[in-house]
Amino acid sequence: MVEQAGAERGVAGPEAGAAGAAGAAGAAGAAGAVLEVRGLRTQLGGAARPVTVVDGIDLRIAPGETLALLGESGCGKSMTALSLMRLLPLGGRIVAGSVCLGGHELLSLPEREMRMLRGGRMAMIFQEPQTSLNPVMRIGAQVAEAVRVHEDMDRTRASAWVADRVQELLRAVGIPDPERRAEDYPHQLSGGMKQRVMIAIALAGNPRLLIADEPTTALDVTIQAQVLQLLKRVQRDTGMAVLLITHDLGVVAETAERLAVMYAGQIVEQASCAEFFAAPAHPYSRKLLESLPTAAKRGGQLAMIPGRVPALDQSFAGCRFAPRCDRVLESCATTEPDWQAVSQDQQVRCLLWRAGPSSGVAAASAQAADVAQPGETAMAPAPASALAPKLGAEPLLRTEGLKVWFPIRRGLFKRVVGHVRAVDGVDLTLNAGETLALVGESGCGKTTAGKGLLRLEQPTGGRVTYGGQDLAQLAPARMRRLRKDLQIIFQDPFASMNPRMLIGDIVGEGLQALGIERQAARRRERVAALLERVGIGAEAMTRYPHEFSGGQRQRICIARALAVEPRVIVCDEPTSALDVSVQAQILNLLKSLQQDFGISYLFITHNIAVVSYLAQQVAVMYLGRLVEQGPVADILGNPRHPYTQALLSAVPSIDPDSGREQVRLSGDMPSPAQPPSGCYFHPRCPVARPECAQAYPEAVHLDAQHQVNCLPEIVGA
Amino acid sequence: MLVVLWTDALIFVLIAVVLGFAFHATRHPHLRVPWQQVGRSRVAAGALVVLSVYVAIGLLDSVHFHPRLEAQTPAVGEASQETPTYSTQVISLLDLWLQPLREQEEKTFSAPFATHLFVKEAMEQPDGSVIRAYPRLEHGGAHLTDPARDRAPDILLSTLLGLVQGLIAWTGFLLMVLGLSAWRARESFAQRVLQLRQEPTQAAWRVAVWTLLVMLVLGFIAAELAVKYHILGTDKVGEDVFYQSLKSIRTGLVIGTLTTLVMLPAAVILGIMAGYFRGLTDDIIQYLYTTLNSIPGVLLIAAAILMLQVYMANHGDEFNSLVERADLRLLFLCIILGVTSWTGLCRLLRGESLKLREADYVQAAIALGVRHSRLIARHILPNVLHIVMITLVLDFSGLVLAEAVLSYVNIGVDPTMNSWGNMINSARLELARDPIVWWSLAAAFGFMFTLVLAANLLADVVRDAFDPRLRGTA
Repeated sequence: MVEQAGAERGVAGPEAGAAGAAGAAGAAGAAGAVLEVRGLRTQLGGAARPVTVVDGIDLRIAPGETLALLGESGCGKSMTALSLMRLLPLGGRIVAGSVCLGGHELLSLPEREMRMLRGGRMAMIFQEPQTSLNPVMRIGAQVAEAVRVHEDMDRTRASAWVADRVQELLRAVGIPDPERRAEDYPHQLSGGMKQRVMIAIALAGNPRLLIADEPTTALDVTIQAQVLQLLKRVQRDTGMAVLLITHDLGVVAETAERLAVMYAGQIVEQASCAEFFAAPAHPYSRKLLESLPTAAKRGGQLAMIPGRVPALDQSFAGCRFAPRCDRVLESCATTEPDWQAVSQDQQVRCLLWRAGPSSGVAAASAQAADVAQPGETAMAPAPASALAPKLGAEPLLRTEGLKVWFPIRRGLFKRVVGHVRAVDGVDLTLNAGETLALVGESGCGKTTAGKGLLRLEQPTGGRVTYGGQDLAQLAPARMRRLRKDLQIIFQDPFASMNPRMLIGDIVGEGLQALGIERQAARRRERVAALLERVGIGAEAMTRYPHEFSGGQRQRICIARALAVEPRVIVCDEPTSALDVSVQAQILNLLKSLQQDFGISYLFITHNIAVVSYLAQQVAVMYLGRLVEQGPVADILGNPRHPYTQALLSAVPSIDPDSGREQVRLSGDMPSPAQPPSGCYFHPRCPVARPECAQAYPEAVHLDAQHQVNCLPEIVGA
Repeated sequence: MLVVLWTDALIFVLIAVVLGFAFHATRHPHLRVPWQQVGRSRVAAGALVVLSVYVAIGLLDSVHFHPRLEAQTPAVGEASQETPTYSTQVISLLDLWLQPLREQEEKTFSAPFATHLFVKEAMEQPDGSVIRAYPRLEHGGAHLTDPARDRAPDILLSTLLGLVQGLIAWTGFLLMVLGLSAWRARESFAQRVLQLRQEPTQAAWRVAVWTLLVMLVLGFIAAELAVKYHILGTDKVGEDVFYQSLKSIRTGLVIGTLTTLVMLPAAVILGIMAGYFRGLTDDIIQYLYTTLNSIPGVLLIAAAILMLQVYMANHGDEFNSLVERADLRLLFLCIILGVTSWTGLCRLLRGESLKLREADYVQAAIALGVRHSRLIARHILPNVLHIVMITLVLDFSGLVLAEAVLSYVNIGVDPTMNSWGNMINSARLELARDPIVWWSLAAAFGFMFTLVLAANLLADVVRDAFDPRLRGTA
């Protein structure tokens, strides 16, 4: 797989570089480009105050090439895709530019011909496979529909031919047993399967260009790896070009040959992936890479981009990134930067490079040094001092055999016919001042485990020991008193605050409810101090949640949890809804709070990079049970369980020569209502043995802290 | 002497609730902003003016008292002079205002603007002979010497007079409001006028002002004409139909609003409890409203009203007057309508609470140890309030129409009470006459139609403003 990708890259490289240079120069040498976009401008909203969501985009994609359009939310990358398809929402309009698909100008085509093109020569797949398929049609019929539209309208073609073509397409996208699966409805398929069906529909018209708008964002890493692999294979077989729209740098590094970085409606950098990841040229690109959490940055602060993406309803005089840029020059505010060549296949829209490639390199290296130094100095002592005294001490919180089952009721009298074993016997140990990461794919029960710990879901069995008491058995009134010590931060910053309450009331709610601070004036003081601490400012108290951005809201949620001075905070994917640069701000904040107050985090996440940056201990969950746990270095560096190995290898990495062995899992996670016999993982396990189906394996202790639930023969203990 | 009927008291409670809510809303943007959006809508501004005219009439009709009797025989005794005597009759401020209309009764039917009775009577001529002819009305057009010749010019003249009066009243009202607002804003009068003209975005002032002009002119013309003619004719017993229609406004409004007031606490509390607590509580509440919903509403209402009738017949001495009796029946009708109609809102609220219960901010509040009562009051209730608001406004017109239907089948309000339903019910028998007696029906239809149309238009705008799915699309 890796070799093939490399070979492809080698083939596409020179051509892509040439194309990029031509596009940047604005020259019209359209030889062989599948798609050529020049000066595309798209506006939304009324004529009085238009929002220019796409402002002068130039793109070229060669046949068989994958171009990644990278950017944070709101930068206009989806709008670019919709403009290309001419599928803009109501009120959207293309005001300038040209879009050539194989030499034909699309923007002047009548809608009737455009309709034939969509899904024919140019197809699109969307982020959410759930909503892209019609829930009341069999998937075979939905694929057949696309086949009939785009094959020549030859009436003599028998329906048998269409059926054959449907099977062929379904087989091509790796759906097992396509004859039977074609009769299924969308709800009978998993998310990954649905995305495969979407790809099959997109392939029905033999497109020359596939626009993939965040095709794997809604999927788990192991499924994401399957889908990306499939896209690459299909591309190799058919020679189509792919425009991949994503915010995930790892996905870009693994799948694309070239990339274009978008910021505030413009492309700010175009480069081949190899050049980009070796040395990003634009200050924004550089900051994005630096704000990615990695194990190497542990203990230090992540790079942050101050401020917010500018609103697009204004007219810009200079560089759009200038107000947030740390290498800003005086002329940046007034001069609109144009394309500067950094190397043969890397162009950047930045004044730093105006004086030639060497000037930019100097600036880049100076900046890199700036960032690296404070990180190194700050990181070293903190984890050591935090860890050392805890080793022999009593853990702060411990669960033994924690179970949260949800009954399945059927029939007239709502008889319980079975249980969804969301959490099925989990033993966790959380030490004071430490971060325990609970890792797993969606549906593995990690969120339920966190809620069961806090009694937000009533545990069905097991013990949760905190301060000598079993939280699972406490009476509600006594549990209420302990709520002060145990807090939670949620994933979605937009849903986690009551839209009808003022920020001051939201943050002060715990102080009031638990009677910690009864005087309103004193409470206001404490809330103000908290808001200052999380970097929001006390003036936010009299405002409503909708006035804040996602990252700011997450800070407010952290302030709310902090208000009652907890000792444990369950962080339920607190950064997965945020952009990379905002994620860095939140992670920095969480880390500094831990150092200041000695709070323990139970960090629930599927993002391995965050784990490697933040956590001391890691527990990996699969289908309601732990498969492996131990210190972060052991788990990430030396995973022993086959599932952990597969999970880690599926994570797309921006490091091109990580040289890791790719373990691709087949199939999907089974339903927790009917877990497989024996080891829950054995149907998907690449090294499964017959005895794996017999009984759930006992924990194997590899050393004092690292334990694996797998057969000793497999893990080699 | 003031008399507070049951429904009067509840109306005042309702007004207090509305005022309190308005005060609450001005201080909370999530309530204030949608209402401001309602105010900006031109349709809603017009509908609001029409509704407020109806409400003003209804309120005037809700202040009841025993009128003081003029001392007829001053020589009876000194005691009677010190303690004034009151009539046993209960009348309202509206009755006092419409006294000419109320007292100008004819013998029987007469057409709108008629000067002669609708039916022939044997009349004795001055020469002693008896002929059958249409006699002159006692009040309608009685001032005309030659009705055939003078009526049309007289009507025209009165109309013009009313028009002028309406215009004057409108101008006066505008000047007063503008002056007041200029005084409050500490600006000069001209400045204020200019400002309001230039900035029409705050509210649809223009539509409101023009609608007000139409209502005022219509009102003054009607007032000018009504003292001389029966502008909507008279009914079987000679009562003025215009007077009946005006009196029916209160009945319609009471049914439309008090029913809501009665059902609201049950629907809100039970609905939220069912959704929030789930489990057994949910089962019991669901069982309750499913059962209630399965009983045909009309049957339940008929049974309840018949029971009440029997009770009233057996306990006649507990009621001081016919008005009190009718009022109690009206209240009972409101309650029973409320009992049959709360289930819809309750179901909506249960569903929404089930959803909200799982919201992250509710979970966070539980994790912060917030008590159930406080959690419901601070987190659930404010977030379901838009559903309550939409339902109330949408239900109003349905209830007004329901009253007409129920009275038509004789299980509505008391037959002695003025209501559009009763008007339609009594007019129904006369539809077979030839020539047809159409005015009672038409009057009831016209008044009800205006009210329901205004309410429906307002309801549409309110729903659009409060529905979170539509928000931002407008």
